Amino acid sequence: MFELNTIKKQTESYKPTQNACKLCSPLGASIAYKGFQGCVPLIHGSQGCATYIRRYLISHYKEPIDIASSNFTEDATIFGGDENFKTAVLNIFNSYNPQIIGIASTCLSETIGDDVNLFLHHFLAENKEIDCDFVVASTPSYQGTHIDGFHEAVSAVVKKFAKQGYTQNHINLFPGFVSTEDLRTLKEITSDFGIDSILLPDYSESLDNPVWNTYHRIPAGGTKQADIEKSGSARASIEFGTILNRGSLSGRVKNQSLSGTGAQYLMNKMDVPLISLPMPIGIMQTDAFFEELEKITGKKSPEKYEKQRGRLVDAYVDAHKYVFGKKAVLYGEEDFVVGMAAFLDEIGIELALVASGGESGILETEVKKYCPENRDKVVVREGFDFENIKEWCKESSPDILIGHSKGYYIARELNIPMVRVGFPIHDRIGGQRIKHLGYSGTQELFDTIVNTLIEYKQNTSPVGYKYM
Amino acid sequence: MTQYLKERQKQILTKGKDSVEIACGKKSLAGSVSQRACVFCGSRVVLYPIADALHVIHGPVGCASYTWDIRGALSSGPQLHRLSFTTDLKEKDVVFGGEKKLYHALCELIDKHKPKAAFVFSTCIIGVIGDDVEAVCKKVSEEKGIDVLPVMSEGFNGTKKDGYKIACSALSRLVGTDKDYHPAKYSINILGDFNLAGELWILAEYYKKIGVELISCMTGDGRVEEIRRAHHASLNVVQCSGSMMHLAREMKEKYNIPFMKVSYFGIEDMSDALYEVAKFFKDEEMMQKARELVTNEISTLLPALQPYRQKLEGKKAAIYVGGAFKAISLVKALRLLGMKTVVVGSQTGNAEDYKLLKELCDDGTVIVDDSNPNELSEFVKLTRAHLFIGGVKERPIAHKLGIGFCDHNHERKEALAGYIGMVNFAKEVFASVTSPVWKFVK
Repeated sequence: MFELNTIKKQTESYKPTQNACKLCSPLGASIAYKGFQGCVPLIHGSQGCATYIRRYLISHYKEPIDIASSNFTEDATIFGGDENFKTAVLNIFNSYNPQIIGIASTCLSETIGDDVNLFLHHFLAENKEIDCDFVVASTPSYQGTHIDGFHEAVSAVVKKFAKQGYTQNHINLFPGFVSTEDLRTLKEITSDFGIDSILLPDYSESLDNPVWNTYHRIPAGGTKQADIEKSGSARASIEFGTILNRGSLSGRVKNQSLSGTGAQYLMNKMDVPLISLPMPIGIMQTDAFFEELEKITGKKSPEKYEKQRGRLVDAYVDAHKYVFGKKAVLYGEEDFVVGMAAFLDEIGIELALVASGGESGILETEVKKYCPENRDKVVVREGFDFENIKEWCKESSPDILIGHSKGYYIARELNIPMVRVGFPIHDRIGGQRIKHLGYSGTQELFDTIVNTLIEYKQNTSPVGYKYM
Repeated sequence: MTQYLKERQKQILTKGKDSVEIACGKKSLAGSVSQRACVFCGSRVVLYPIADALHVIHGPVGCASYTWDIRGALSSGPQLHRLSFTTDLKEKDVVFGGEKKLYHALCELIDKHKPKAAFVFSTCIIGVIGDDVEAVCKKVSEEKGIDVLPVMSEGFNGTKKDGYKIACSALSRLVGTDKDYHPAKYSINILGDFNLAGELWILAEYYKKIGVELISCMTGDGRVEEIRRAHHASLNVVQCSGSMMHLAREMKEKYNIPFMKVSYFGIEDMSDALYEVAKFFKDEEMMQKARELVTNEISTLLPALQPYRQKLEGKKAAIYVGGAFKAISLVKALRLLGMKTVVVGSQTGNAEDYKLLKELCDDGTVIVDDSNPNELSEFVKLTRAHLFIGGVKERPIAHKLGIGFCDHNHERKEALAGYIGMVNFAKEVFASVTSPVWKFVK
């Protein structure tokens, strides 16, 4: 088995992180909040938190992304952020007229011990005219990564609005952090099955708007409040991702209990059955998703998808030689790389490294669970940063690098062909529209990966052949 | 829903309509979605281009992730500044303190990367948990034999502008530490150019042509050794005055080096930047060379601009940038292209900057300090601007409203300074304003 002893796991204490392969949790919470109708995110911390996160997201989504800040001052840090918080809420209310203000805490506010729920209680008692709703997610950046913030915010929204009721026909879809195109794909699939689905969250429109005639302070789109309420009476929840917010436990001191995800909350408190699946990338995991939809609806998959699947298999057959035995280095968020690894494994690509900045403690188990072909060869590392990944690439000379934009410098330095997937895509247009999920998403990924390998071979070939 | 928040109204004025002075230099209003960042951001952007120094961010992971390779500040040699290093604090570090982690991180990184100096940025919670960063820096400095400089840039501790000041203090600890350097007869430092898209190299070439030695640039294409000897220069030429005036003033006090404010954007300001330096040195030969250089450049530049000007004449532009000094140059540069500025604002301008802007602009121009997306989109609509000049965060405002955008911020890939920069600027404005795609959005 391929093993490198020179690189130790990054979880040792006192190790610096060099070119992190993760972001902080208020970023994830902000994205999730954008997926609920009329919601304006408020980050309770310094101005920079909101501005940096906006800038980071704007570079990926190429959309206006307004995130308010309570703009901590030195006074606020010493005496508490109460006043700043209230001013912020009032100003958001007056200038955005939101339905929801989605609050994410920060390392600063959590460390000084600000109790946002208490602030809110006082604030609402003094300001009766404020008629929007508030959701609070605890997202200190010293706990977990942006993915933990994402799940925390989704779960906070569900806890706030979901109402228990007689089971109805609709289902809940907890997609995890996927692209806007992925969300549209999921909506299309469930709609083709003839079932109402509630996406939690749904930023397919709010983070991917058409061009506007007039400026919208709050972009259209997002899951409606009435639908969030209905999530408590769904026939089932399908939740993508098997690692979810487990990374938030790493490095904790006091509270070792894990807060549940939105889907888990609905199962435990409102008896909504939970179907947990890895992200539907590749044929096997998409099949698993479609099987669940068939079970729930009692219908066979629509012919459209039989054909999509058939074309995908056809493409696998046509191109199997170009990918077989190729060594890939894959990196990104934990649940995302689990899904991607399952797909790469089923087409005969060997995973020289599956890496993530997340530290759930179970990444290796999860990846191997879904990689039957090369289970023994797969190397999985969590808590890795890009310098770790680079060292690994230097020694293992992979044929392809698969992940988001931030690995580009490695691809460039070591001359490894690269395929961009996931988040963030800061150096290309259309990163938010990359499709990963379902048969059609897999088809696009497959074509891109195969063609990238072919292109590299073509470019480095002395012959420069024109047909294959 | 109010159009503009009440507390913000004093920071917005329309020339010819409002006679009051604009309010500025204030903390951003909570909840206003300011385009500004924080103290840390101010320090980080100023020191970032020093390419052979180690920049370590002490705190949880976010601040380092969001500022990894963030500026297009080019280096002609080492690329160490483009990596992102952090102590990546976890809850246990917040509870038990991060000093040990910082110490070990610094030692490991210094051994690995062999930097000429190290900057250690404190982020918000460092100021709260009370890590003695100064002491750790001192210890590592003694052990490793390089300067390890604390940058106390806790995000909440003021505005982005305060971050500039803190960065200047860190720089001033390096300035003056190389006593043995012998400068040429005429020597300057450039302060406040960050070598975005290689702009410093264009300027350095101009100064070389007129016979002036550039001892150091702070901080574009920066090197620790050059900063150490900066105090040997006869003059500090300060661009982006917002970020570097603190250092210029300090160097005047400490080393008696006079400074002058310049800008390198647009023909007028660029030419003045050369003439003023020649005037300072009172050297007729230098002045003659400067005149020749300017004449040569302009004689090729003006005809090159002509075709763009013909198409752009009468178009209207909105400007919202970080520093107001740049905004002033942009108004002039746009005028050269026949364009009118209808909105102009900045994140960190001071009273003097805004006064100048007010004098420079036509009646009806909206002038704004520390604005936000809601206001900016209103102004664009109100004034029917054809073009927006700003940074990444302003781009989607322009594009969503279906008007052109020109990136004049950290991430630009085309040099916009100097004479060649003026041509690039004209090309970019032209491409943006006259693209055929706008017909689909009208």
